[in-house]
Amino acid sequence: MSFTLTKCYSPFVSKFDPCKPILTKCYSTPPNLYIGFQPNNIEQFPTAREALYAGTLWPCLYDPYYSKRGESIE
Amino acid sequence: MWYYEKKLQYPVKVSRCNPMLAKYLIEQYGGADGELSAALRYLNQRYTIPDKVVGLLNDIGTEEFAHLEMIATMIYKLTKDATPEQLEAAGLGAHFVNHDHALYYHNAAGAPWTATYIQAKGDPIADLYEDIAAEEKARATYQWIIDISDDPFINDSLKFLREREIVHSQRFHEAVEILKEERDRKKVF
Repeated sequence: MSFTLTKCYSPFVSKFDPCKPILTKCYSTPPNLYIGFQPNNIEQFPTAREALYAGTLWPCLYDPYYSKRGESIE
Repeated sequence: MWYYEKKLQYPVKVSRCNPMLAKYLIEQYGGADGELSAALRYLNQRYTIPDKVVGLLNDIGTEEFAHLEMIATMIYKLTKDATPEQLEAAGLGAHFVNHDHALYYHNAAGAPWTATYIQAKGDPIADLYEDIAAEEKARATYQWIIDISDDPFINDSLKFLREREIVHSQRFHEAVEILKEERDRKKVF
């Protein structure tokens, strides 16, 4: 199963837009959108500690989220 | 901008004066899962959803206003010449005191419409899932109204509206599929 966890698009930009336009906008498409009914016996994190920190037993369900704060405007 | 066509999306006929049914129908007028909530929810979400699905929200939001108009017509016809006694007997005494025969945006229990019925989370997936849930809840509400109603003409119009909820839900599911697609992935048919 391969998919990206974020999708980006280029919104319409008018030359009359008052704020400096953001040319690319992105949104989350977390893994649960693609898995449907989770199959049996899929790979688990090697240690319980990693699973605990990730919030899930299964790497394929893990979706890290990084703050957008301070992101540079293109 | 909108153009107005002075006719209903689907005909509305009413068998008899029945303020009790109007009281139940008003759930779809000013209730949480009613047509007003639906129209305002979709039209408002248009601005911050990816361009590819803006048109869908625009079209469905517009159609919801056409549904709102059908519901309004039903309620109006069901209560138009009802006497205060008839309204009171139907549980609409409080409504009559406050609004006479006017329609008002509240649910079947009389709670006024509130913006808290709708959401705009800004996250495209979250917003579309809310829209799907709203369509299914509206479909269910139509089912319960059809179950409680004994007016075959009203039920005919309600069955049309229920079917539209199913179609809209399908379109919103398709919108989610569009937003899930990898942008540069080649399409294989």
